[in-house]
Amino acid sequence: MKIIVCVKQVPDTSGKVAVNPDGTLNRASMQTITNPDDMNAVEAALKIKDETGCKVIVVTMGPPPAAGMLRELMAMGADEGYLVSAREFGGSDTYATSQIVAAAVNKIGVEKDDIILCGRQAIDGDTAQVGPQIAEKLHLPQVTYAADIKKDGDTITVKRMLEDGYMTIKVKTPCLLTCIKELNEPRYMSVGGVFEAYSKPLTTLDYEALKDDPLIDATTIGLKGSPTNILTSFTPPQKGAGMMLEGNDMATCEKLAGILAKKHII
Amino acid sequence: MDFHLTNEQLMLRKMYRDFAENEVKPLAEEIDEEERFPMETVEKMAKLGMMGIYFPKEYGGAGGDVLSYAMCVEELAKVCGTTAVIVSAHTSLCCAPIFEHGTEEQKRKYLPDLLSGKKIGAFGLTEPGAGTDASGQQTTAVLEGDHYVLNGSKCFITNGNVADTFVVFAMTDKKAGNHGISAFIVEKDFPGFSQGKHEKKMGIRGSSTCDLIFEDCIVPKENLLGKEGKGFKIAMMTLDGGRIGIAAQALGLGEGAVNEAIKYTKERVQFGKRLSQFQNTQFQLADMHTRMQAAQFLVYSAACKKQLHEDYSMDAAMAKLFAAEAASDVTRRAVQLFGGYGYTREYPVERMMRDAKITEIYEGTSEVQRMVISSHLGVK
Repeated sequence: MKIIVCVKQVPDTSGKVAVNPDGTLNRASMQTITNPDDMNAVEAALKIKDETGCKVIVVTMGPPPAAGMLRELMAMGADEGYLVSAREFGGSDTYATSQIVAAAVNKIGVEKDDIILCGRQAIDGDTAQVGPQIAEKLHLPQVTYAADIKKDGDTITVKRMLEDGYMTIKVKTPCLLTCIKELNEPRYMSVGGVFEAYSKPLTTLDYEALKDDPLIDATTIGLKGSPTNILTSFTPPQKGAGMMLEGNDMATCEKLAGILAKKHII
Repeated sequence: MDFHLTNEQLMLRKMYRDFAENEVKPLAEEIDEEERFPMETVEKMAKLGMMGIYFPKEYGGAGGDVLSYAMCVEELAKVCGTTAVIVSAHTSLCCAPIFEHGTEEQKRKYLPDLLSGKKIGAFGLTEPGAGTDASGQQTTAVLEGDHYVLNGSKCFITNGNVADTFVVFAMTDKKAGNHGISAFIVEKDFPGFSQGKHEKKMGIRGSSTCDLIFEDCIVPKENLLGKEGKGFKIAMMTLDGGRIGIAAQALGLGEGAVNEAIKYTKERVQFGKRLSQFQNTQFQLADMHTRMQAAQFLVYSAACKKQLHEDYSMDAAMAKLFAAEAASDVTRRAVQLFGGYGYTREYPVERMMRDAKITEIYEGTSEVQRMVISSHLGVK
């Protein structure tokens, strides 16, 4: 049994967000981090590894420096890494990305008792599309918004956290789950883990390595194969200061109710 | 000396910083205020391998190097001097002498629990009448059959109240002076051993400091560390290594104060300008950072030399002397830049200033470091 975790290196938006004159993100000038939801996916995988001793493989698509992120995940406890990286893959939108990552997962191989984990969404694009699209491309059942995962043999019980409540779903392996931050608290790298990280296997999958997969087609990968075009991106104007009402008397309550009613909130 | 950090060291620094920021910093003020030992932090550090960084995996260590250990103490000290010294005293003063001078049996018995952080270590050399003059040991150890009987007391023992395993020094032959001192591994449950009351201190107030009392304390013969009469040498070698840890603590304290001062002076407005716009502030911070950068070179250099098994005694003394004095100066200047707010407990710089002072005193005062350095220079 193995768990394949798909991860993405994203700009650290807790620092300054830099935007190029053409409206795209200036990624080169920003610090990078592992996408926060993906960290929850990695932690979920490592927890299952702690219980079952299964293998955890981390996969990312990105430029060569993304290998550093994979090493950090290995220092947390992942066993193996795959960096999917090639000029031909550059500029991919979620559709193209999921084709390529799915091909990479095919290359690694999905067996009957395997699980694929993704973060719910990345903090740069916020689409939440890549995980579900990978599942579609691989013809695997998928469960999104996992807030709790329990494994019992080949059955995974997932508690999904939705806007208005929870939904519990049972799914058979192999399957793909997308994880949310409520699932767990990601562990730190350990000192011993850091010293082991660089001796663990890290494979680069380039265009040559994946080109024979039916999913890899020049018309469906990279910038050319991406149906999405970003016209512009901008920093939204800051919201104004909120209004504070003080007091616990009837008049204040009526005033509050009046404001909410005027805005059609109640 | 090449200070290009390895990939592993860069990754560790990031990990230490994350850990310090998220787990250590939020407790720093509270443990100082309440004089509370942060056992919960020690348990977390133990899980991550931070209590045995530079020891081999075969004994339960993390398989790292001395510089990675110094960087850990440095990063912890940037936010909490107390947490930094807990790691430093445990690692340098208890784990190191057992690893470096212990028999294979002693190493197998004591190191796995110490290096995994299941047990905490401490070091007992200082006595009421034997501080800088460590050779004036009054604690005695008399061999009686299959055990030694220890009598006497130790004071100012870091980690004293919380430790399980102690490396302790006692006179086995009073007439022989330094050559009559021997080292022992003492467990807290040995009959006749007890820990005294918590010492109230100016700084590092969350760290445990107490007396150790030996009243006909029975220590098995096999717990003699090194040979009889070689204790003074073991103590001095241990303190050489310990100085790298304390120098790293001082380094972190100074760097932490610089970070706080930069942040504060960019926000605080007086006379219609941010403090950071005044040239006095800019010059002060330039000097403070330069001093800490110089300290970092000395600390890292000493750590690298120890790792390479080169003679690092003078390097460790210079690192501790310079880093400790720089830390005291820089933290004091940080308080000054904060003005009245710096003097209050609302901001961390006054704590850093209190914490920094001890680095000029313990594990050899600055005066002792000057003695060590000048003796290496052959100046008599």
